[in-house]
Amino acid sequence: MNRKQRIMLFRILLSALIMAVLAFIPSEGVLRFVLYLIPYLIAGYDILIKAARGIINGQVLDECFLMAAATVGAVALAIYEQSGDYTEAVAVMLFYQTGELFQSYAVGKSRKNITELMDIRPDYANIEKDGKLEKVDPDSVAVGSIIVIQPGEKVPIDGIITEGSSSLNTSALTGESLPREVKEGDRIISGSVNMTGVLRVRTEKAFGESTVSKILDLVENASSRKSKSEDFISKFARIYTPAVCISALLLALLPPVASIAMGNPAGWEIWIYRALTFLVISCPCALVVSIPLSFFAGIGGASKAGVLIKGSNYLETLSKTKTVVFDKTGTLTEGVFEVSGIHHSTMADDKLIEYAALAESASSHPISKSLQKAYGKSVDRTRVGNIRELGGKGVKATVDGRAIACGNTKLMKDLGVDAAECRSAGTVVHMAVDGKYAGHIVISDIIKSAAGEAVRALRKAGVSRIVMLTGDSEKSAREVADKLGIETFYSGLLPADKVAKVEELLSEEKNGGKLAFVGDGINDAPVLRRADIGIAMGAMGSDAAIEAADVVLMDDDPMKIVKAIRISKKCLAIVYQNIVFAIGVKLLCLLLGALGIANMWLAIFADVGVMIIAVLNAIRALFVRKL
Amino acid sequence: MKKTYQIEVDCAACADKMERAAKKTDGVSDCTVNFMMQRMTVEFDGNADADTVMKNVRKQCRKVESGCEVFI
Repeated sequence: MNRKQRIMLFRILLSALIMAVLAFIPSEGVLRFVLYLIPYLIAGYDILIKAARGIINGQVLDECFLMAAATVGAVALAIYEQSGDYTEAVAVMLFYQTGELFQSYAVGKSRKNITELMDIRPDYANIEKDGKLEKVDPDSVAVGSIIVIQPGEKVPIDGIITEGSSSLNTSALTGESLPREVKEGDRIISGSVNMTGVLRVRTEKAFGESTVSKILDLVENASSRKSKSEDFISKFARIYTPAVCISALLLALLPPVASIAMGNPAGWEIWIYRALTFLVISCPCALVVSIPLSFFAGIGGASKAGVLIKGSNYLETLSKTKTVVFDKTGTLTEGVFEVSGIHHSTMADDKLIEYAALAESASSHPISKSLQKAYGKSVDRTRVGNIRELGGKGVKATVDGRAIACGNTKLMKDLGVDAAECRSAGTVVHMAVDGKYAGHIVISDIIKSAAGEAVRALRKAGVSRIVMLTGDSEKSAREVADKLGIETFYSGLLPADKVAKVEELLSEEKNGGKLAFVGDGINDAPVLRRADIGIAMGAMGSDAAIEAADVVLMDDDPMKIVKAIRISKKCLAIVYQNIVFAIGVKLLCLLLGALGIANMWLAIFADVGVMIIAVLNAIRALFVRKL
Repeated sequence: MKKTYQIEVDCAACADKMERAAKKTDGVSDCTVNFMMQRMTVEFDGNADADTVMKNVRKQCRKVESGCEVFI
């Protein structure tokens, strides 16, 4: 509790105590009024001041004004009726203030908890100076400096280990509790915690550009992108208060006037009292606070599980996902290719691999990496020249003075070379040397162990259509799709085709169902942007993916997609519960109030109670571990 | 130009009011108030001076929600 809240608590307790004492002191007339004025003012003087200020500034319908009007009205009625029943007015003020206090405390507390949960910000970096470690602000560490990370400390800046080995706990980033073993030469990312050994790290980025800063920035700004539910609620709140006030006015005037017209006594007191009850229920705050809190808690819980969601709006869209489109490589499969066969080779197999590895040496594509791996030696780049990458087809280059082309059948067709067909599944890299066919290399990818389970779990989570896109041949695509139980797949797609395919699938979406595209963050930024929801996997360290995607999975476990969808569904369920519950109870109270069944006590109880329950319910969105 | 400011506000409806008030202030082209992070992100018009504009924003916000604070 902060100072403001403690003062408020003291005022509430003091006022309640005085009320309790006054209940045993018989008093009448002016004395009674003055006595009860004391607890009333202690509890609500600031409300009265704010109400007055609100009128001056043209904010007539603010909640303070409403509370002031309701309680002052109740007091006036008590004087008019000479009942001396001031308890109600004081009680309403007391409960209202209690509710406000609870709200500010609970919301503040959960805000802090969630923020702490996301707090992976490192406070310092160690720099060695004259043989001694010195703690400095990570912001001031220049790129390329050597930092020392001791066991138990957070990695402050992305970098490469120059000395030492250790295990890293990346759970704050990925939600994965298994530690990662790292050694000299490994690249490590900020935000993970060094567990066992001392590490010396050469920084590769400035602090502001490091993973941890990017993630924090992303999560902290997430709740600024408001969802439709939030917009609905803030619009509703804007209409709700004036509507209730007008109804209150009508309720105070119409029935008595009608009654007079029919020749009956007006009964002003009854109707004015009921109208005042309306004013008590007119504050929309319970509603307005619980919705963003639910989203905030949902996003916080998700980020703890290694799922970064860039905005409340995306969380909402994610919950309506009906179609999930996978870009095969790197999402369903490991994206780690291995050379599994060399066929129809016109030269020594090693030579063919050597040419392929050299020609592809400039490419960062996983296929090229596997070729380098199969080659096994370091690439002498001076032997390669004239490299031209042909997107979606392959590469042309000159190696040792010979014209090498390696790529798919399309490339061979372009070159007018007859390619031998391959019967094994996998990616086939055809080779042409000096314009003649020289055989092909088969590279196959490994399906991720969790992929099959993820596909089944996605179906269970309400995803009705699962589609796989790939640039690979139909054969290898079919093999993967069959193994995983995916019935729709499109193969042989160029990057641009993928965008067109996703657009086509988007147009087939019905009944507000949403389409999520899952990519590995390499070369698929346009598709990530085009889909309703772009999910980038294994994005740790890949800035482009973090930029382009709406949801970022920190590791490459396909089950995380299921988790993300489940989290979004739970969060949205809570949001709808709160909307229906809060609006429902308010409307019920209004109805009962109008009929004279609910008095002011019940009204304020309901109002404060709804808020407390809604806030507690909202906090539930934070718990996502078991999803 | 976009800048983010720390704010202090007690209720979500009030945060919403502050957002609307800030948007109407001269020199502000857009504004979002993030109640949960207690932050206000203001996008200024091209030639506006951030500090002067923010003083007005604070004034406007105080008018709609007297208990609020904007840390400039």
